[in-house]
Amino acid sequence: MIWWIVKRDLLLAMRRRSDVLTTLFFFIIVVSLFPLGVGPEPNILRTMASGVVWVAALLASMLSLGRMFSSDYADGTLEQMLLSPVSLAALVTGKAISHWLVTGIPLVLMAPILGIQYDLPGDALLVLTLSLLLGTPVLSLIGAIGAALTLGLRGGGVLVSILVLPLYIPVLIFGTGAVEASSAGMEFGAHFSILGAFLLVSIVFSPWATAASLRISMS
Amino acid sequence: MTINWFKYASPASFYFLAGRMVPYFATLAIIFLVVGLYIGFFVAPTDFQQGEAYRIIFIHVPAAWMSMFLYVIMAFWAGVGLAFNTRLSSMVASAIAPTGAMFAFLALWTGAWWGKPMWGTWWVWDARLTSELILFFLYIGFMSLQAAIDDPKRADKAGAVIALVGVVNVPIIYFSVQWWNTLHQGASVSLVQSPKMATAMLSGMLIMTLAAWMYSIVMILTRTRLIILERERHTAWVSELKEGVLE
Repeated sequence: MIWWIVKRDLLLAMRRRSDVLTTLFFFIIVVSLFPLGVGPEPNILRTMASGVVWVAALLASMLSLGRMFSSDYADGTLEQMLLSPVSLAALVTGKAISHWLVTGIPLVLMAPILGIQYDLPGDALLVLTLSLLLGTPVLSLIGAIGAALTLGLRGGGVLVSILVLPLYIPVLIFGTGAVEASSAGMEFGAHFSILGAFLLVSIVFSPWATAASLRISMS
Repeated sequence: MTINWFKYASPASFYFLAGRMVPYFATLAIIFLVVGLYIGFFVAPTDFQQGEAYRIIFIHVPAAWMSMFLYVIMAFWAGVGLAFNTRLSSMVASAIAPTGAMFAFLALWTGAWWGKPMWGTWWVWDARLTSELILFFLYIGFMSLQAAIDDPKRADKAGAVIALVGVVNVPIIYFSVQWWNTLHQGASVSLVQSPKMATAMLSGMLIMTLAAWMYSIVMILTRTRLIILERERHTAWVSELKEGVLE
């Protein structure tokens, strides 16, 4: 059932490729703006690379949250999903997975190229990419709760940022922490363990909270 | 005689109970405030390291404690409202949020005033400061979500979900000192160890905490009364109240 939703959402995303590309280009543009604002000094850029890439990833992931439920809400599909006998939490998990595949994966793939722009060494690039690979699904899962709560509200887009960005902070801290630890030549496995723990906890709790939020928003 | 435990779960009867309780708690708040400030300014000795500037802890620490405590209480009542569909619980949760946000802001503000003479900087990106800031954001998120929803039932439930999600953050705040161990001085007060500060300082701080607590109760009860009136304005008892029939 989860895979059915994932397949359907991926198909929809492929039919509207511009939506996917917009998020990706937003990510690229935000990351590219920082050197213009801060200056091209390689040492400064190298130290701030992980933070800039991660913050841009948070923003890109958050901006695309609106699409997770809104089109299904607009055409009534979401209502049918709520009425269906299948567990809503499973449907929501599928939604979060497809959100991650559509927005998270492109960010992960693009991150090493942007890291090169910031003159990151090879090891740090690898750690940055892996930390994003572990962290971005957490963003999609937490974001699903915010997207469900703000469904159909006035100013939902701005509201979702206020709700969701504070909850993203732990992921940001440990995601960038891993890159910094590896640049400093320290052990970064602990950061990955904590990111993995966040992922597991959010896989368990987020679909459930998102399903409850959808029921509240649709009642 | 059987006791009706749910008598005061009805907004109408709670309205009058809260109205009777407010003066008592207000009196307690004023007494604790006067005693606490007196101890804080005149009895507590000057700190040998920090001089007079440490006295801001008499506001700072109670504000920080209350901001965290109130978030948990808010999430608790919001959760009760979500689980049992009791309207009053959700109203209390919405009434707690502004006071909690105020305390979080106060803790950050007084912390900055203390940080300037002590650390030589208004702000550092230390774990505890940052968590307090995140807590402030969580309060803002809760309030803006509720404000954006016109239907009070949906607002209550949506707020409850976000409060419960955010409550995961409160233990992270508390344990962040051990987790990240940075510039902020470790907690000086602990239930297991004997306190590291002078008795007068500690008692002043605890009395100020009681004052903040009583103040919060007064504000929350008053605000709950206002929310009750707003939500129940179409009911018979509110119009009777308006015409002065009920006392």
